Formats: sequence, C-alpha cells, structure tokens
Amino acid sequence: MKRIAIQTADFDVAAELAALEALGGGGVASFTGIVRGEEGGLIALELEHYPAMTQAQVDRIVEEALARWPLLGVSVIHRFGRLEPGARIVFVGTASRHRAAALESCAFLIDWMKSDAPFWKKEHFGDGATQWVEARAEDEAKAQGWRS
Amino acid sequence: MTIVYFAWVREVIGRDEEQVERPAPDSSVADLIATLAARGGGYAQALEDPTRLRAAIDQRFAPLDTPIGDAREVALFPPVTGG
Repeated sequence: MKRIAIQTADFDVAAELAALEALGGGGVASFTGIVRGEEGGLIALELEHYPAMTQAQVDRIVEEALARWPLLGVSVIHRFGRLEPGARIVFVGTASRHRAAALESCAFLIDWMKSDAPFWKKEHFGDGATQWVEARAEDEAKAQGWRS
Repeated sequence: MTIVYFAWVREVIGRDEEQVERPAPDSSVADLIATLAARGGGYAQALEDPTRLRAAIDQRFAPLDTPIGDAREVALFPPVTGG
C-alpha cells in the first residue's frame, strides 16, 4: 500500500493507522507533526508548496524508503495553507513485519520530508508580523545522514 | 520558458511566475539568476545572494551550476522547510 496525499484538509490519524494495521504486518510506526503553539505570539503557520512538483517529489522519497526497507505500507500526508497552533501538518506511517524497518523508515521519511519536499512555512504573529521559517542546517544534516 | 518563484523569493520579486526567452542551452541556473538580478528592483533584492537560493528544473531539484538545456520550467526558491 502506498498512499500520498497533499491537501489543505485535516486528516484522521486513527483511520490512517487502522489502514496500515489492516495490512497484517505486525508492526506500524507513525509520526504526526503539529503546529507548535508556544512560540511568542504565533497565531498561524502558512504553508506554501510547489503543486506541480510536490506529489512526484514525495513519491520519490517514498520509493526510496520502499527500496531500503521491507515495508507492507507507507502513508504520507502533508497539509498546506493556513494552519493554527495545535493543527496537524504532516503524517508519516509505515507498516512492516519488522519493528526496526517500520521505525527506521518512518524516521527516514520525516527527515527527508523536511529537507527534500518543496514546502515553505511562513509564521504569522499576533502583532501582524510575519516571517519565513529558515531551513535549519541540522535538518539537512539529518537527511544527509541517511545517505551514508 | 516559464520561471516560477516561491516563498520570500516570490514575495520580494512580486510575482509567482513569468515567461522568459530560453537562455543558451549551456547557460546555468546561476547564469539565469544573474541575468534576472540585473533587472534591479525586487529581482536584485531577491536574487543578489545565490547562496540563499535553491532551484528545480522541470520539477526536479537541481544545483545552481546545472545547465538549463531545453528546460520548460525553472523554479527559484529558498531552501525548503516542510515536514
């Protein structure tokens, strides 16, 4: 099973996990990314993406995971548009017969989504200020770490 | 050829896409950036420091020294921040 969705709508984590559990592999790992609320006065994150590229690029990342680990299923959901603190941004779920494969591939996928999927985040603050989030060198290093 | 811009590159330039005459096939994305920056205004401001920019050619990430060849679409944007 391979499911990739790039959407504005929220998603149902329980339903996503249930679909992966139903594959009969014995192990499901997942990561859900949430808009952090504690950062001084942040009222929303605005996510922009490159519509003509995003689906194909996420598919390349998922195919890389499928080539590296024995997986029965992979689900990746990434939202775009305006998201408020507490909102889900991204979901990665993997199913495998082996827990290491499920856990490692899940970490691989979220690391690569951060550094290799064409999304950009803009922060909106309560006083009207806005700021584009800068890419972090440590995120790039984490993704590169999977190359070795 | 189409050029598309994203995030603050789009905002500072003030447009999300435009059509330009295709450069010579052996010219690189960096050459294109320099040509656009020479227009001045928002282009100069957004594109003056190529180390802050990333690119895609026909929807695939490409280093700035990649030749543009017969690309149909070049995208210019800051490093991605998804996930």
